[in-house]
Amino acid sequence: MRKEILFIVYTFLFLVVQSCFDSSAPNYQYFPDMYEPIGYTTYSESDAFNNGIEAQEPVNGTIPRGMMLYEYPNSNEGYEDAKINLLSPIDYNDEDRAIGKELYGIYCALCHGNKGDGQGILMKREKFLGVPSYADRDITLGSIYHVLIYGRNAMGSHSGQLSIKERWQVAHYAMELRKELIK
Amino acid sequence: MNRIKIKYLKGVLIPLFFITSLSFNFLFSQEEQILTGKKLFNTHCAACHKVKKKAIGPAMRGVSEKYDREWLYSWIKNSASMIKSGDPQAVAIWEEYNRTAMNAFPQLSNVDIDNILAYADYIPPVPVVAQSLPVSSGGENTGNYNDLILIALVLVFLILTAMLILVKRTLIRIASASGVKIVSEKKPKDNIALSILSAFAKNQFLVISSVILLMLSSGYYVYAWMMQVGIDEGYMPVQPIHYSHKIHSGANKIECKYCHSSARVSKHSGIPSLNVCMNCHKNIAEYNGEEDLENGYDRDFYTNEIKKLYAAVGWDEDNQVYTGKTQPVKWVRIHNLPDHVYFNHAQHVEVANIECQKCHGPVEEMEIMYQYSPLTMGWCINCHRESNIDLKGNEYYKKIHEELSKKYGVEKLTVAQMGGLECGKCHY
Repeated sequence: MRKEILFIVYTFLFLVVQSCFDSSAPNYQYFPDMYEPIGYTTYSESDAFNNGIEAQEPVNGTIPRGMMLYEYPNSNEGYEDAKINLLSPIDYNDEDRAIGKELYGIYCALCHGNKGDGQGILMKREKFLGVPSYADRDITLGSIYHVLIYGRNAMGSHSGQLSIKERWQVAHYAMELRKELIK
Repeated sequence: MNRIKIKYLKGVLIPLFFITSLSFNFLFSQEEQILTGKKLFNTHCAACHKVKKKAIGPAMRGVSEKYDREWLYSWIKNSASMIKSGDPQAVAIWEEYNRTAMNAFPQLSNVDIDNILAYADYIPPVPVVAQSLPVSSGGENTGNYNDLILIALVLVFLILTAMLILVKRTLIRIASASGVKIVSEKKPKDNIALSILSAFAKNQFLVISSVILLMLSSGYYVYAWMMQVGIDEGYMPVQPIHYSHKIHSGANKIECKYCHSSARVSKHSGIPSLNVCMNCHKNIAEYNGEEDLENGYDRDFYTNEIKKLYAAVGWDEDNQVYTGKTQPVKWVRIHNLPDHVYFNHAQHVEVANIECQKCHGPVEEMEIMYQYSPLTMGWCINCHRESNIDLKGNEYYKKIHEELSKKYGVEKLTVAQMGGLECGKCHY
């Protein structure tokens, strides 16, 4: 009888040890005080603020360094205004073109297609429908920049993903594609 | 009798044939109309309109009943001029949808518009589907199901062992009752074991060598155990929203940097904020891609996860507006270096041009994200020793690079030769 009891105890212990290897929990550390930061880190929790998050939104009206104010409002009038009056501040050269092409490939080609014909992979897989070809729309550098900031209809804003200069580089590259399409 | 029957049949059959062929013709032309309508709808309208649901603009089904056909023709061809001219219906719908301007479609003919509206109003007959089997119900249920089977199995085995013990006992009892002597085999065995043990104890060489062997092997295991402390390779936490990299970057081939855009410009690769999700998911409210039923990931499961996103970001799907009631999502961070290590994503992604997959593994195949690399110092340094630096297009440092190449007698410099092993590079 003793043997049987021992057997059960051993299986139980084995199961307990086995259950310790849990891929959903982080491993233990030698000296956690050398691993765990004392200061606030990105995305950490913090009781310094009411909502318990370290990452706070900037105070209303804050202007980050290097930011340029954008004066056209997010409305139809603003769009039309930007389309005619907003001009590119950058002197588009080969270097800008290379960057613009790379960024276009990352952020735009998914829907608009590598050629700007509206045949991106999300369109081909029917996740998105009705993405127009650049050739069918009356767009200018200014209107592309405006839409990159605010988004328009089904397209969302990409101002969080692209800096001011990058937006202009992408806009120039998109206009280049349009020229190719219209030819 | 037979003749009469045939006559009678003829009288019925011939008109019947005409009627069916006519209605078939009618059906066919309607089908064609719907098909061309679908094509037109997908290319021209689907960016802003859905058939059944409100999107940027109103749902298309029912529009043809609500408005006069002529009015619809002129609205679709040029809505802006109608609003300008002050058409009350036009202004009303324009105001209802926050003054969103609808593109003009002068290229569509009246027939095209008829086709589109026919497609929008067409309700496909509900396919007769057999009652859905309970097998495909929900992700968590199948998991529970497996657990239940396992528990049941354990119980069955426990009962079996208990029964065996009982059977053995009763057999012994019966045997002793009927006068059969049970010869225990234990004693001689014990004797043999004892004699081997004493022989072993007397042989000093054997004892010493086996002790050394034991210590070495236990040392090996202790060392291996200690080396894995603090390493999170394979760490695969459960995230608050089940986000599948396999679907997004595998099937749909979305670039890593579309969502993790800060990897290009900052130290952190960044957990994307939810507005980046909404760039696509404002439009994609339902999952209709491939399913993974083995693990319980069916379409309803994925669609439900999209709803979780909507709840967190405060998106009212029915009215297509943000409610303003947001809730932070507590993503669980997977890759985490100790506080005394500095690592910069932009340097590796932009300057060194390293593929994300080199450190993060085949992310495009991961249904659930996990840590692929050990992220130990030895692992970092190994790569710094092996990787060459691309010196092209770097005129400013040309002279230094040439001198370094001469010093080490190599053509291509590695990161280590450029000082990539210095302590202060990562620890400060």
